Amino acid sequence: MNEIVEILKNLDWSPFYISIKTGIAATIVSFFLGIFAAQKIMGATSRLKAVLDGILTLPLVLPPTVAGFFLLLIFSKRRPFGIFLFQTFGIKVVQTWLGCVVAATVIAFPLMYRNARAAFEQVDVNLIYAGRTLGMSEMAIFWKIVVPAAGPGIFSGTILTFARAMGEYGATSMLAGNIPGKTGTISQRIAMVIQDGNYLTAGVWVAIVLVIAFLLVFFMNVIASKKMKQQKKW
Amino acid sequence: MPIVCNIHKKLKNFELNVNLSSNSRRIGILGASGCGKSMTLRSIAGIKIPDDGEIIVDGKTLYHSKEKINQKPQKRNVGYLFQNYALFPNMTVEKNIGIGLRKKEKDKKQVVDAMIKKFQLTGLEKRLPGELSGGQQQRVALARIMAYEPDVILLDEPFSALDMFLKDQLQQEMLEMLADYQGTVILVSHSRDEIYRFSDELLILDQGKTICQGKTKEIFENPQWKTAARLTGCKNLIEAIRIDDHCLEIPGWGMTLKTRKKIPKEINCVGIRAHDFIPIWGQEKENCVRVIKGSMAELPFEKKFFLKSEKNPQEMICWFVQRNFWDIIEEKGLPDYLEIPEEKVLFLQSS
Repeated sequence: MNEIVEILKNLDWSPFYISIKTGIAATIVSFFLGIFAAQKIMGATSRLKAVLDGILTLPLVLPPTVAGFFLLLIFSKRRPFGIFLFQTFGIKVVQTWLGCVVAATVIAFPLMYRNARAAFEQVDVNLIYAGRTLGMSEMAIFWKIVVPAAGPGIFSGTILTFARAMGEYGATSMLAGNIPGKTGTISQRIAMVIQDGNYLTAGVWVAIVLVIAFLLVFFMNVIASKKMKQQKKW
Repeated sequence: MPIVCNIHKKLKNFELNVNLSSNSRRIGILGASGCGKSMTLRSIAGIKIPDDGEIIVDGKTLYHSKEKINQKPQKRNVGYLFQNYALFPNMTVEKNIGIGLRKKEKDKKQVVDAMIKKFQLTGLEKRLPGELSGGQQQRVALARIMAYEPDVILLDEPFSALDMFLKDQLQQEMLEMLADYQGTVILVSHSRDEIYRFSDELLILDQGKTICQGKTKEIFENPQWKTAARLTGCKNLIEAIRIDDHCLEIPGWGMTLKTRKKIPKEINCVGIRAHDFIPIWGQEKENCVRVIKGSMAELPFEKKFFLKSEKNPQEMICWFVQRNFWDIIEEKGLPDYLEIPEEKVLFLQSS
């Protein structure tokens, strides 16, 4: 017990902040991109839908290291796009915190997109038609009617996206590396201390992650059950 | 308020061909479920686009395939009342009514307040649609449409999901609310009662085809077409052979029918409404069909007899009897014959 208190006292909290920051940034980007993609998909023809949906969902089913490999190919400073980013905007992605965000966003984005799309599918199309016959612009219909009606689904999608982005490991370690205080996330710290045989520190981090994860899911359920007036009970 | 709607659209199971042109302010479209009624309304509103044709309201062309005109639903100024009302669940009554208005906040509020008053929604302004009764929801939906001052209001089976009691009440309410509306209203329904109660002019659709169009009362009195007769609720439709101007044969019932009315040349079918038969006991008379026992269904205010023709037991004859006559039947038993009052026979042709 004393050992754990000792570890907590001397703990380097930077992985915690980096993970949370990465999670928030990736969630914000995924939130808008995911909703945007889901909206576009809803308006597409069925064949185009199948193709685009496949591409957008790919990062969810691929091993994260494979996604990391592609990200490295794209953003490496020795490749055209990476060179372009660095020379034109001075943006470095590989081995930076931005790399953490990019990796987490790519991996977590499909969760947001799929949840948003599933939520949109549930929205009564008559609401959209009604909006149109009432003279509302497509923009207004989307943000004032569709998104609120799809609210619970989008909300749970956001939480899942955050959880996934915060815990991302494979693609992050390849793209951003594990630089303590800069790109060292909780997941990477756990892997690192385990490699050093430091099981107790790893255990402390695992406990922290468990608490965060549980709180997120609990929070999600509480809000969702508030929104749904009649809870279904089997 | 003339409206012209000639459209053609290929659907999954059939082709929709609607030819409607009317100056009436209250138009009904009657047809069985899935005959293309809703698709017609959706095309007028611009929610669905027909393959070709034209839609003109009050001289404004909303859609014209040859001239490549297809106005957006936002620009058509057509009010659409959905069966489930499609009220926005996340908005209060007030917001629902005001959402489509492109006006300054102050003017908007004025319109919304006026609508709330007119549709007796005072006190419910801050409620969400989920917290309203069916009748209140209908009023909000209509208020929302009226606030927008549409040229045409389309009613898409607004009563078919309601229970009997509420239906009657809401139909009357709807008629009253629409009474002072100057524009055209088109009601689509599969219920002949609704259509009869509501419309001056009637279009009958069957499997996407326009069967006939005319004054509602005239069509109910003389449907002319077999499908039209069926949709207006005629239960007995049977093949007939015209012999001369005043006589025809009904082989299925093994009888000839003599009429004072002149029989049109092109008929091949007659219709007799289930309430119109006169029961005869004992001696056979003219224009009678001999019936034998079939089955019976008892409803609170009428009995439905499904009798069989003696000549041809496959031919069912529906005879509905109002409560006042139950005693006589109780006493005398089932009649031996049903007399067909010749003045009430519908002369029909199958299309």
